[in-house]
Amino acid sequence: MKVQIKFFAILRERVGAGEIVKEVKEGCTVRELWRALQEDYPKLAAAETRLLYAVNRDYVNADHVLKERDEVAFVTPVSGG
Amino acid sequence: MFRVVREPIDPQELVRYVTDPEAGAIVTFIGTTRNNNEGRKVIALDYEAYPEMAEKELARLGAEAKAKWNIRRMAIVHRIGPVQITEPSVIIAVSAAHRDDAFQACRFAIEEIKKSVPIWKKEVFEGGEVWIGTQSGQPLAKF
Repeated sequence: MKVQIKFFAILRERVGAGEIVKEVKEGCTVRELWRALQEDYPKLAAAETRLLYAVNRDYVNADHVLKERDEVAFVTPVSGG
Repeated sequence: MFRVVREPIDPQELVRYVTDPEAGAIVTFIGTTRNNNEGRKVIALDYEAYPEMAEKELARLGAEAKAKWNIRRMAIVHRIGPVQITEPSVIIAVSAAHRDDAFQACRFAIEEIKKSVPIWKKEVFEGGEVWIGTQSGQPLAKF
């Protein structure tokens, strides 16, 4: 199945794209997706920063199981204001 | 009114929006770009957002504020893109029957924005640029 992944700020710069579509296995969790992305994009592998995860614009935990066409975002520490 | 916008924010528009005949107080907070941070000479702040989720999160914290305090109306507008020195990056306006509720709800809103709303600032300073990743304005942890 395919999921849509959005990257912002430093992650967008590291990946070189704001949005990608990726094929993942049924039952794939957010954590597994992040690990797969770290393999696809070695520049993400060095990330030691705390991450939050969002699926379809709501925060979820890392064990959240993805569904077809989910919109996933990885949220580095925010700094609005 | 919970928005993420690219253009300059007009404080008066938010004040008008929260104006309410049953309100005895309107509190506003304006976050502005400061010309220095941790010894660096700041030229501008460049904000980026996950706009759809940021607006949703702003609305969610507005609802939370309304559940916690006796407020009438709330407006939060955050600007993205480059924000020059002295310009507002975020404006919050809250009206309430009494000032204490308005002050507390406004304080809550800005603190929550800095914790959970998916907006990031890149500090452009003399000699470089850096993504800010903590509430105290320090660069993002090692990457």
